[in-house]
Amino acid sequence: MDEFTTWDILRNLLLAARWTVLLSLVSFIGGGLVGAALLFARIGSGRIGPTFVKAYVELFQGTPLLMQLFLAFFGLGLLGVDVPAWLAAGVALILWSAAFLTEIWRGCVEAIARGQWEASSSLGMGYVQQMRHVILPQALRIAVPPTVGFSVQVVKGTALTSIIGFVELSKAGTVVTNATFEPFTVYGLVALIYFCLCWPLSKSSQILERKLNVAHRNH
Amino acid sequence: MSLIEITEVKKRFGDNEVLKGINIDVAPGEVIAIIGRSGSGKSTLLRCINGLENIDEGSISVAGAQLLPDELHLKALRLKVGMIFQQFNLFPHLTAGRNVMLSQMVVKKTPKAEAEAMAKTMLERVGLGHKFDAYPDQLSGGQQQRVAIARALAMQPIALLCDEITSALDPELVSEVLAVVKELASEGMTLLMVTHEMRFARDVCSRVVFMHQGRVHEIGKPEEVFSNPKTPELQQFLGMTH
Repeated sequence: MDEFTTWDILRNLLLAARWTVLLSLVSFIGGGLVGAALLFARIGSGRIGPTFVKAYVELFQGTPLLMQLFLAFFGLGLLGVDVPAWLAAGVALILWSAAFLTEIWRGCVEAIARGQWEASSSLGMGYVQQMRHVILPQALRIAVPPTVGFSVQVVKGTALTSIIGFVELSKAGTVVTNATFEPFTVYGLVALIYFCLCWPLSKSSQILERKLNVAHRNH
Repeated sequence: MSLIEITEVKKRFGDNEVLKGINIDVAPGEVIAIIGRSGSGKSTLLRCINGLENIDEGSISVAGAQLLPDELHLKALRLKVGMIFQQFNLFPHLTAGRNVMLSQMVVKKTPKAEAEAMAKTMLERVGLGHKFDAYPDQLSGGQQQRVAIARALAMQPIALLCDEITSALDPELVSEVLAVVKELASEGMTLLMVTHEMRFARDVCSRVVFMHQGRVHEIGKPEEVFSNPKTPELQQFLGMTH
């Protein structure tokens, strides 16, 4: 039987990590776009929009991501639609990220003092103008740190997609373990790679938080 | 003819009737102080005039523009009436100059150069021409409030509503803001101000409105109202504050 060097293991894991990165990016960006659309429906003045988004957010925050992945993968399969693992993984993670991001951002918009709305109203601005020029520029600034922080959750969330057969970092770890019978080394390296992906993100979230706060105090 | 006509205005928050039928007519150039205890409805009345609160009954019109709760009518009305708040409410992400320019550019579609010139003039007028590029958090409370006044003036309103504009200020900063208001009054600006500055009300205002429990309890020239209060409530209120 062939011997596997540590480099063989690491190389295979790194190749699989590309899929983790890609899936994370797709989920985060897609989730951000859907989340932004949901945000406007949520804080708008309509009746149906806010109710729908509220229910949506509660549904996705109130069930495990794993169940959402199962439902996307097997649920659509039941309907006779053949869903490849990557598609189910992508869709489930986008919808899941959207639910969390829209809620994070709603908090940021609502954190803007009521006086800002009143002052801009009394100057004659309409809703869209207030949003565009007064509320969102301020909300964006406070939204950056928690948003970057959430991206860490997305990266770690992609690990679950291994269960429906999407070959990313975690799944590759299982495959490699089955070939090498060195679970501790393999999963140790898998964890290390996740850490290398996540740590810069959480660190930059902290730095951004400090930076934006300072900027707010002194410009 | 009156500039601002407030007729039988009633306002309820749930079961609590805050305004119980208010009638005030304001002539052009008048400076009116609205005084009264907290909870008497004076701030609510001011906020109703430019539509920050909807009224339940009655009518309000400013220079012929009727207060109706749709965005088009509200905008027309708000172009005629500026408002200044207790908490300044400057936009913290914009410099003083940008604060004054913003609404001109997005609401009136004034070209940038023109808006900038107007902003300079208005900041000059409140004595802050040199603070054009300062952010709100680099300014003192009194300076922030003066920028807020400049911002309202840049929209060229025909009347200004001032909602306790000196109440959030340190005592030594009150006078610089009142000096600006006094100057506006002498230039003929129509002013409606909710205030606790009794001496200012006595010196500068043309009429004083005393509100009590959601009604106009007494109204008249400052010398009458302050020297010769007719109702026990006003006597008590003035006794309290002097």
